[in-house]
Amino acid sequence: MTASVLWQIAQIVLVALLAPLVTGWVRRMKARLNGRKGAPAIQPYRDLYRLLQKEAVVAEGTSWVYRAAPYVTVAVSWLAAAIVPTVTTDLALAPAADLVALVALLGLARFWTALAGLDAGTAFGGIGASREMLIAGLAEPAMLMVTFSVSLLAGTTALPRIVPFVLAGGIGLSVSAGLALAALVMVAVAENGRLPIDNPATHLELTMVHEAMVLDYSGRHLAAMEMAGHLRLTLYIALIICLFLPWGMAVPGAGAAALALAMAAFLIKMFGLATALALFETATAKMRVFRYADFLGGALLLGLLATVFQYVSRAL
Amino acid sequence: MMMGRATLMEVLSLGRPVAGARPWPRVVLDDRAWRALVGHMAVADWVLLAEWGGPDEVHVALRDEETGEIAIATRASADRRFFALGPVRPGAIRLERAIRDLWGLAPEGLEDQRPWLDHGHWPVHHPLGAASPPQPARPYRFLAAEGEGLHQVPVGPVHAGIIEPGHFRFHVQGETVVRLEARLGYVHKGISAAMAGQTPAGAARVAGRVSGDSTVAYALAFAHAVEAASDCSPPPRAVWLRAVLAEIERIANHVFDIGAICNDAGFPLALSEASLLREMLLRANESLFGHRLAMDRVIPGGLACDIDEAGAALLAATLTRFGKRFQRLVALYRDTPSLLDRTIGAGVVAGALVYRFGAGGFVGRAASRGVDARKVPGYPPYDQLDFVIPVRAEGDVDARIEIRIAEIRISLDLLARLLAGLPSGPVAAAVPRAAGEGLGVVEGFRGKILVWVRLAEDGTVAQCHPHDPSWFQWPLLEAAIEGNILADFPLCNKSFNCSYSGVDL
Repeated sequence: MTASVLWQIAQIVLVALLAPLVTGWVRRMKARLNGRKGAPAIQPYRDLYRLLQKEAVVAEGTSWVYRAAPYVTVAVSWLAAAIVPTVTTDLALAPAADLVALVALLGLARFWTALAGLDAGTAFGGIGASREMLIAGLAEPAMLMVTFSVSLLAGTTALPRIVPFVLAGGIGLSVSAGLALAALVMVAVAENGRLPIDNPATHLELTMVHEAMVLDYSGRHLAAMEMAGHLRLTLYIALIICLFLPWGMAVPGAGAAALALAMAAFLIKMFGLATALALFETATAKMRVFRYADFLGGALLLGLLATVFQYVSRAL
Repeated sequence: MMMGRATLMEVLSLGRPVAGARPWPRVVLDDRAWRALVGHMAVADWVLLAEWGGPDEVHVALRDEETGEIAIATRASADRRFFALGPVRPGAIRLERAIRDLWGLAPEGLEDQRPWLDHGHWPVHHPLGAASPPQPARPYRFLAAEGEGLHQVPVGPVHAGIIEPGHFRFHVQGETVVRLEARLGYVHKGISAAMAGQTPAGAARVAGRVSGDSTVAYALAFAHAVEAASDCSPPPRAVWLRAVLAEIERIANHVFDIGAICNDAGFPLALSEASLLREMLLRANESLFGHRLAMDRVIPGGLACDIDEAGAALLAATLTRFGKRFQRLVALYRDTPSLLDRTIGAGVVAGALVYRFGAGGFVGRAASRGVDARKVPGYPPYDQLDFVIPVRAEGDVDARIEIRIAEIRISLDLLARLLAGLPSGPVAAAVPRAAGEGLGVVEGFRGKILVWVRLAEDGTVAQCHPHDPSWFQWPLLEAAIEGNILADFPLCNKSFNCSYSGVDL
């Protein structure tokens, strides 16, 4: 019991410390792929430090929602990131680490960000919130489909119990799992505002989605919003690792050597997937706003097929 | 009078020709003849080249498409008003609003009574006419769009990126743009006043800064105007080397535009590649001509720089390397489906509108209007070189990119021939000090740049007016975005890449 509390605290600290580096790594890789030198991968830490030193300017006429939203968003994102097993499944909050709960937590963070975008009353905040909700309305069903198909495979929606199941070879080479993985990757791309859905590096206010909602934030508020973004990216990569590539992850009762190995395996997988994201983003242009439905509809379809195949293969 | 049958020159025969206007005549019309001219414009195939004011007169440069004649008509306006062209040539509306702001001449019959360049922050009212104390700024009323669920999105003049300032007012329904209206004038810097009283050499420096990315084209158009006014002809070597500079500028701007358009579609890889390509040319400029953009190299009478044999060979080698690497950029663009999905069919400009506004450059050529000032009216050395003008009919973002690609290839070919055939001799001739008037028309990378200059007896510039091709392209951008989605505006805007500075004067 004490071990799981210690591991939980370690995990909370780990994701917070690691998240900016993952974003910085993706940016660095993208810059390299574009033939630029790019800022060092630790730049997001510097940015956060700089923003925390700065005065927070709050737009006139905003309510408490606007000031509370960054903290709610970052807290919820942090909590969500903290319950996805990374190094070990031996976590105190393991009973809460449920896929449906995770989707709800992410939905809550998005809801608050969209509220904040609307609260400032600027045209861009409204555009951003409206687009974000369009994406959310399309991505959430797809995400739930992924959840269903995975839980049908593993017989549970609790992450700490899915991991041992996968590790024990319970899924094996399954068409369902492959389709669910593809769907989850697409949802992750959309939810994190990455290309081709949103361009996190753009300076064009009219094309922004996520950035448009937080355009008016500054200082510590912006730092909180950016941190929430870093955490979300780390969370989704961790989730993909946890559900589909958990090999190396420690289970309760593992020794120190196994834990060290689990840590190394996690970091390799995390930065490997971050590099893959950078490669993917470099090779594609942003899609038209009205194409989002095609993209995320595709994710929903893949999720649905994963579930259907599950039944079909059982019936056979 | 037979409406619609008369040629431009026949109509202008009602007026009094001005002595010393070169290379095309200028004719002063009284109110009645001016009204007749406007009446003919409504039915005749005359292209509006430019319209500008003077302390108490209004000038309009026209080209008769049937006869190929170019002429400037002037309405001497002692009562500070003139019959507006706006109702028959929509491209003239903003020009006439600017004339009212700058010179205080009232366009009669122009429905749009709002100011254009004067935002109410100038220290004087009508700075180039009868200057009066400033008037307090009045709220600017954007054109309305009415309907259920419509709302406005104001963008700029301060943008999230480092670009020129302009305000865009969108009326949108959800994501769909119902109406866009641009408001410019934020970089007004008093170009005409800055040029007046200067020597031609001094004014050439100002001309080269009207729109920095077209510095060679502007300086060249100004040089053409001064040379026409003072009846001076630059030496052949200068003429050829000027074309070399102009083509390098055209290629550098086009290639950077291609990259920037792709970047705005969320594909920065193309911008990286395009930036490297542009840098090759800018560095060649720096090492051979002493300035990355070749600013202030073209002067009235010739050139302020020359290259030797080794320099020409170096430039030719650079261009060969550029051409090879450029193929990779073209392949990258054409082989990226996600990119083509954004550019094909986006921001379509109808050919009819392009003709109506007389828009040139890649905006016109991508929508069927194949005009190029290097061909018509034409100027040396292009009259001795054979080249084609690429034209597309689609009018979308992709067509504007493809036109640029084709033009870069043509310019590379032209450069090879220009460098191979460089005449020897001096690169500058003295400009005689004489009074006169001149009109210079040059094809910049955006389109036709027109500079009109009037020289005083002592050879200094009495008045000068530069006309940017973007005057006739900005309104088309507003039409192109209609019915598109808001998020596609930056892409369409970049594919037009109109000059803010050039029209803000």
